[in-house]
Amino acid sequence: MTRVLRLGGLGLYYGLLLLPIYWMLNMSLRSNADIMGAFSLYPTDPNLANYVKIFTDEVWYSGYINSIIYVSLNTVISLTVALPAAYAFSRYRFLGDKHMFFWLLTNRMAPPAVFLLPFFQLYSTLGLIDTHIAVALAHTLFNVPLAVWILEGFMSGVPREIDEMAYIDGYSFPRFFATVFVPLVRTGIGVTAFFCFMFSWVELLLARTLTTTDAKPIAATMTRTVSAMGLDWGLLAAAGVLTIVPGALVIWFVRNYIAKGFALGRV
Amino acid sequence: MDKWEDNRAWFLVLPVFVVVAFSAIIPLMTVVNYSVQDIFGPGQRVFVGTEWFADALSDRRLHEALWRQFLFSGLVLVIEIPLGVLIALAMPKRGLGVPFSLVLLALPLLIPWNVIGTIWIIFTRPDIGLLGVTINGLGIPFDHTASPLDAWITVVAMEVWHWTPLVALLAYAGLRAIPEAYFQAARIDGASAWATFRYVLLPKLRGVLTIAILLRFMDSFLIYAEPFVLTGGGPGNATTFLSIHLVKMAVGQFDLGPAAAFSLIYFLIVLLFSWLFYQALQNVGQGERR
Repeated sequence: MTRVLRLGGLGLYYGLLLLPIYWMLNMSLRSNADIMGAFSLYPTDPNLANYVKIFTDEVWYSGYINSIIYVSLNTVISLTVALPAAYAFSRYRFLGDKHMFFWLLTNRMAPPAVFLLPFFQLYSTLGLIDTHIAVALAHTLFNVPLAVWILEGFMSGVPREIDEMAYIDGYSFPRFFATVFVPLVRTGIGVTAFFCFMFSWVELLLARTLTTTDAKPIAATMTRTVSAMGLDWGLLAAAGVLTIVPGALVIWFVRNYIAKGFALGRV
Repeated sequence: MDKWEDNRAWFLVLPVFVVVAFSAIIPLMTVVNYSVQDIFGPGQRVFVGTEWFADALSDRRLHEALWRQFLFSGLVLVIEIPLGVLIALAMPKRGLGVPFSLVLLALPLLIPWNVIGTIWIIFTRPDIGLLGVTINGLGIPFDHTASPLDAWITVVAMEVWHWTPLVALLAYAGLRAIPEAYFQAARIDGASAWATFRYVLLPKLRGVLTIAILLRFMDSFLIYAEPFVLTGGGPGNATTFLSIHLVKMAVGQFDLGPAAAFSLIYFLIVLLFSWLFYQALQNVGQGERR
């Protein structure tokens, strides 16, 4: 009985979760006139015209490529700097450790609107405007703190006897870290990679402010679907469906890590 | 289980500090700079001290937006955190259902925020949207462009749809880390389902729930794109949250100084409450360990 209740509730939730996504998929297969003209539960005359446009128009597909480049860069940078820092926070007490740990998170707390202008000025002074690295660096502001927080949770779950044994066995710190410790927390790295990817992928304001054409993200391209005839809903929906794909692939690859647990045997 | 004491650990933290400070400190100081000046144009500015802060603190529309924001974030936390934990508890533990559930949960999280608002405009339209047509078909008049209550329900529903999967994913990963032996021990002791949840699961989930609660509080308190696209802050000012009010002020009226002062106050409110949540959640854990 409880099993039926559990699976029924979960099924209901998944159904509700999928409804707006289904509606987006439905819209993406219809022409704009068709969408605005009549309510229809499914596409009566399904066609791939919207998708064809995205895959053939450089303005569109370059948006995806730009986003994938800076999001990947950001994920790599965030993980690289966050791994040693999270280790320090999980293992050591040092001057200002608690303040530093909380300070990191405060970088996610500022309302972006007014900060965009100084951001633009800073990156123009450095000549980085419209480059992928600019967006990747700017996004570390909110991704590095998150990465440190999540990784610290995983690392605290690894018993410190492992570190001590390795040092007694004569491992140097870099060798221990790379060959023993990192494989132990790969669960956490998988989860963190997904969250970094996700938050960088959906961020619009900073990415749009720091780019013009060469590194323009897909989310910004999607705000430009307004034409003389108004918004092209079908095209926008098709682009929306395609924005889900790369992230869904990422979570597919890290699925086993997430399922194995957040804090490996943390007791 | 005391940590090792060693200030050389700073060398490990240094890369993070450099990368984050690079993007954090100069823009923050610039905004502080704006907040104490009256800016007419390039090179024309007057120091005004705390005038903008005093203005912001006595702005009635800002107060209204602030209370709206507290109500919104409160609702979001009260709905999303328990719902996310429930979903995580109900999710399958092995088999094909696991990757299926994980990918499904990730879907709403991966759509850019402005697009979420746009999709929900159509989704809730009473003439051509699935939700709008269904609700009206049930005989309930529903129009989020006219009724403030409907607008609130729509924005909260969108937010819950969008972000509950984040809580569920974190809680699920946390649950998977609890050794099976804990549940067996609880079963042998004859603990009820509630007691198992309260005294075995919940303390073990403290770490992930701290992150989930802080993230959901910060992001919902700073929410901008989704409600702005969906309702534009209306009808009237019914869904004008703090960020929407701020952008109206900064962009609409070109008031950089007051907007900067407002941003700093806004930032400090988020900081204060995040810190309170963080301290409270830390202490909950301490109490249980004793």
